[in-house]
Amino acid sequence: MKYRFLFLVMAFLVPVSVPAAGGYDIELDHYDYSIKDRSSLQNGARLFVNYCLSCHSAHFMRYNRMAEDLGIPEQVVRDNMIFDDRKIADPMTITLNRNDGEAWFGIAPPDLTLIGKLRDPDWLYTFLRSFYRDDATVSGWNNSVFPNVAMPHAMWTMQGIQKPVYATSVDDAGYETRKITGFELVRKGDLTEEEFDHAMEDLTNFLYYMAEPNRADRIRWGVWTMFFLLGFGVLAWFLKREYWRDVH
Amino acid sequence: MKALMQWVDARFPLGSVVREHITEYYAPKNFNFWYFFGSLAMLVLVLQIVTGILLAMNYKPDAELAFASVEYIMRDVWGGWFVRYMHSTGASMFFVVIYLHMFRALLYGSYRSPRELIWIIGMVIYMAMMVTAFLGYLLPWGQMSYWGAQVIVNLFETLPIIGGPLSEWIRGDYVISDITLNRFYALHYLVPFILAGLVFLHMVALHKTGSNNPDGIEIKKGPKGNRWSENAPKDGVPFHPYYTVKDLLGAIVFMTIFLAIVFFMPEMFGFFIEQPNFEPANPLKTPDHIAPVWYFTPYYAILRAIPSFAGTQVWGVLAMFISIALFFVLPWLDRSPVRSVRYKGPTTRLALGLFVITFLVLGWLGIQAPTTSLTIMSQFFTLLYMLFFLLFPCFSSAGQPLPMFAKGLLAISIVSVLATIVYWWFLWSGGPGFTHKISYTLLAILVLFLLGIKPLIKPELAKPVPERLTK
Repeated sequence: MKYRFLFLVMAFLVPVSVPAAGGYDIELDHYDYSIKDRSSLQNGARLFVNYCLSCHSAHFMRYNRMAEDLGIPEQVVRDNMIFDDRKIADPMTITLNRNDGEAWFGIAPPDLTLIGKLRDPDWLYTFLRSFYRDDATVSGWNNSVFPNVAMPHAMWTMQGIQKPVYATSVDDAGYETRKITGFELVRKGDLTEEEFDHAMEDLTNFLYYMAEPNRADRIRWGVWTMFFLLGFGVLAWFLKREYWRDVH
Repeated sequence: MKALMQWVDARFPLGSVVREHITEYYAPKNFNFWYFFGSLAMLVLVLQIVTGILLAMNYKPDAELAFASVEYIMRDVWGGWFVRYMHSTGASMFFVVIYLHMFRALLYGSYRSPRELIWIIGMVIYMAMMVTAFLGYLLPWGQMSYWGAQVIVNLFETLPIIGGPLSEWIRGDYVISDITLNRFYALHYLVPFILAGLVFLHMVALHKTGSNNPDGIEIKKGPKGNRWSENAPKDGVPFHPYYTVKDLLGAIVFMTIFLAIVFFMPEMFGFFIEQPNFEPANPLKTPDHIAPVWYFTPYYAILRAIPSFAGTQVWGVLAMFISIALFFVLPWLDRSPVRSVRYKGPTTRLALGLFVITFLVLGWLGIQAPTTSLTIMSQFFTLLYMLFFLLFPCFSSAGQPLPMFAKGLLAISIVSVLATIVYWWFLWSGGPGFTHKISYTLLAILVLFLLGIKPLIKPELAKPVPERLTK
């Protein structure tokens, strides 16, 4: 009987795997993200302010919060990471206004503060590495994870220029489908493939951190709370047993 | 101290209220696991009200500011993230607790005479919860907030004639907008207090009749006299301290699960906070797949299962409201001479088991994007859901002759099963394949037979109920 109860409670709590909305059938590359790896987060922050933060804002992220969490001295942030007259306690806003963004890219570049929650880290990591040259698009760039993305490859000088490798398959009805299976580097970038992958890991780590700066705090508090409740629970169990001893 | 108590008691019946409802309220001594959820529901309601008030101190009900104010709470307000996760987790856990609490009533017949009003007030509470949850879900003003509200308000649009003006009246605008957000916020703050009032009525009614128990035996009718009082039921124990210490233990175990979610997986894999809600509401961009939060999905699956007919989609909406309304009449559908599932026959157990499976499967279906094979599945389970209620008088009759209304419900069940089968085989153009149709057809007939026909041909008698409570 008891197991049935447990099963029921579990049934309410166990998640059912839901196919990701949007129907991407691209296989995502996996990487082990770590929000504890400070040097990775610092490098990610450096890449973010240099390559992303001119078109994309991070409205809800303050410079000093980043400095504190990532262990970057505030003076270093002021000197190297803020490129205009913003104050250290200001959020990471940008000067590009939405109308210009829309006129230039067709769609205003979205705010990235919460992108690490809106998308899974694996998705971001794969997306950042999947830009390829495509003359059919307005920007001249395309992405296999996000087809016809409006954004051009911002870090092509680092990665180099990729060309897709296709595999053609014929389905039962005789329709040919072409699927991107990999990339081929047609022009070398400043970084090797391995270095670029590492850089993108760092950037994804930072995006993941930025979506919820309290994550580490939250987990730390959680562990202490669990210990407390365990102790309290044991006491409450003895108390209950003591009171109920004489009920038959 | 004594003088003070006397002074108060002369002016307000504090002492007698405490005695009647706490220290001298005699509850059956054999409450089991399922009896924790009443007190837990109360705990979650208090948590929701407290965290809600704290959130309201920093939240801004303005379409331009709402999303940013939630992020402000999450990042800049001291402890704000904790309060907000408590509130979002609490909303879902409230429904987990209430569903288990309702299932307890189904198991042990707690809705049966003389407790029909407790059950009905409870159902009104459940509906008030659904309204509150729906209103609250709009407030973060994320994509799923916006489009979820859009879908639900549009349900009213399907009603003939009044549909259009009614949904416009609810929104206060032609689309979900700042005006809608403002009024939803106002109502989201109001309804919980009505809910608290309903909980008070629920308790008053409960303490009038006394609590039911896993045996379904009235302890008030049993022998009298226990250690505390000569007139109190022999099988009762005073609520305080016996059930206060027991519920304290239950609350700690529950809070351990609750806080593990808050601290380690506050989004609960997209079930408690959906991923698209991390993007601000955008009226020009419809998400690829809109699904309500999990606690609404069984009803959402029923809504989607019913095909449009005679040029209107109102039937799905009707089926959804009927599926909730059926709970209200449950006390009169149960004809068994005994209350508890312990003394009912195996058919009742089968029916209850099927109902639990139906509810869970419908919940799962409500999350999925519809396909033909999932649609026929939702139609089958919608049928099962309805049959559980319509055939309740039959499988609980235990050999007693069926009254007129029960015969009518049986007739409706047979017609519904036949109509569904005819729809599957002859009316659904582009419907599912043969294997799907034949298996669901056979299953539907089997359920109709097992729950509706067999109990009439070969009645299943209830087991004898003991005089006193069992362990």
